Amino acid sequence: MILIIIKIALDSILIHKLRSFLTVLGIIIGVSSVIIMVAIGNGAKLEIEKQISSIGSNLIIILPGATSSGGVRFGAGTQMTLTIQDAEALKKESPYIEDTSFSIHEVLQIVYKNMNWSSLVRGTNTSFFRIQEWELERGRFFNEDDIKSGNRVAVIGSTVVKNLFGLEDPIDKTIRIKKLPFKVIGVLKEKGTSPRGEDQDDVILVPYTTAQRNLFGNVLLDRVRVIYVKARSFNDLFLAENDIKLILRQRHKIQKNQEDDFSVRNITQFLQARQESSRVMTFLLGAIASISLIVGGIGIMNIMLVSVTERTKEIGIRMAVGATTYHIQIQFLIEAILLSIVGSILGILLGIAGALISDIVFHFKAIISFDSIIISLFLTMIVGVVFGFYPAYKASLLDPIEALRYE
Amino acid sequence: MSLIKIHNLKKVYKMGEEFIYALNDISLEIQKNEFVSIMGPSGSGKTTFLSIVGCLDQATEGEYYLDDILIKNLSKNQLAKIRNQKIGFVFQKFYLLPRLTALENVELPLIYANVPKRERIEKAKFYLSLVGLESRMHHFPNQLSGGQQQRVAIARALVNQAPIILADEPTGNLDTKTSNDIMELFVRLHRENHITIILVTHERDIAKFSKRIIYFQDGKILKEKRV
Repeated sequence: MILIIIKIALDSILIHKLRSFLTVLGIIIGVSSVIIMVAIGNGAKLEIEKQISSIGSNLIIILPGATSSGGVRFGAGTQMTLTIQDAEALKKESPYIEDTSFSIHEVLQIVYKNMNWSSLVRGTNTSFFRIQEWELERGRFFNEDDIKSGNRVAVIGSTVVKNLFGLEDPIDKTIRIKKLPFKVIGVLKEKGTSPRGEDQDDVILVPYTTAQRNLFGNVLLDRVRVIYVKARSFNDLFLAENDIKLILRQRHKIQKNQEDDFSVRNITQFLQARQESSRVMTFLLGAIASISLIVGGIGIMNIMLVSVTERTKEIGIRMAVGATTYHIQIQFLIEAILLSIVGSILGILLGIAGALISDIVFHFKAIISFDSIIISLFLTMIVGVVFGFYPAYKASLLDPIEALRYE
Repeated sequence: MSLIKIHNLKKVYKMGEEFIYALNDISLEIQKNEFVSIMGPSGSGKTTFLSIVGCLDQATEGEYYLDDILIKNLSKNQLAKIRNQKIGFVFQKFYLLPRLTALENVELPLIYANVPKRERIEKAKFYLSLVGLESRMHHFPNQLSGGQQQRVAIARALVNQAPIILADEPTGNLDTKTSNDIMELFVRLHRENHITIILVTHERDIAKFSKRIIYFQDGKILKEKRV
């Protein structure tokens, strides 16, 4: 029974190919835009997530400076007011801070055999790897022993490997920084560019003790260029930021009316806000696309109403040979549902194609979500039922004798 | 026992302030296995009468018993079932579905009776061959002549083994020779298959194939003649 009705419905869809296509165009556009929008939204979300994890989660950066001297205000980082002890004190004194690290750095020339490369050399502690969530490609990080004894060991980023070693294995090779030999003990996994567009892999990490003694002799002892703070959780970020200000002002003996001699940057919060806004955008775009689905449904209802009128005589004949209201209703309902399913399948194909084009041709990261396909398929079924119901109901209400006489 | 019993049947239409009596107080009995013709000028109410007998339309007043069932206050779906099981229609303009083949058209009443596919096709083929169209069953209506289309319609009317055939000017669109062929088919079905036939026509030559002729005028029975 149901198979025959489906056949009847398919038949009447196929007999008016162009009309059926135009009818489902709304559905096609609706479904494909839902899929494309959600895919692009997911892509943006993933991109931001990648950036967040590349700089380390729940990260706060403290830069020295922003001091004024004689009315002239210097930019952040121009004066080295932060110390290693500041970093240690923050970790000890604030309950919201999980860990701290710091860095003394400068761009220096590195030499390996006949190759040379200029890269950011950072002297830091072992917490640095955890806070910035670095992983190893090969070898090992330096440890507390290396720091205590001031070993000349280095962990290098992938960009450095590429430029100095090519295809050679860098582990246990000796590079020269400021003419001093350093043994390469580890290679970092690639991270890519930072949210600010810097190559994070163009880096060489050495124990800060070694750096102080051998590389940055011109820098005052224990002064650092930056402190990294990892808050215990995302919710603690704001509290940690407050604590940092209190503790550092106290340690630096800053009077009430004086400005901070450091500046605090809450990068995670900034990125989370971006993520939130991209989530809202995705939701909004998805919602707008869903509205076009509803508009598509109205298109189906419109054509179904026309179809009912056009086929009044057919309905009359069917009723004359014994079709009940149920038979007529189900016939038109199935036709509407079938139309919307055909539309949604075409829409899904178009949506996938659109998402792939945006990904490949426009490099607009798009991740097709299986959920959005299922949801839009389900939604169009509902649209078919809802907007097919009224025309089907109208058809079933026809009086057999009037339907038969309809010309 | 009467197959059809009708008492004081009225059908009234309201046109503005005026009431028009399409049927005005018709009383009539038709027995099983009768072949009845209803004649009358156009507007005499004969088609309205046939529609009410066929449960396509409802009377305004009066009683109509079909097989001792009172056809009044029945739901739409109950009426549909009666049309499906007890009545076969043959119309002047054939009323075949153009997108279906002859076979599929004949199957239609069986589909609504929920008959399984294999049985449906068997029955439809049987009745198509009964009307002499077994060689045309996969043709579409527009590939058939008028007479052939009417034969398909007759097969469709018979296929559910309905005891009654209601034919509304079945030869109205056919030439004389084809008309005679169709009428001979009716006579044969009446004689051999014991089908009750009620035929509406305004042609004396067609009516004379039947055994009882009822004349309608202005919604009333004018006279009756038995052959």
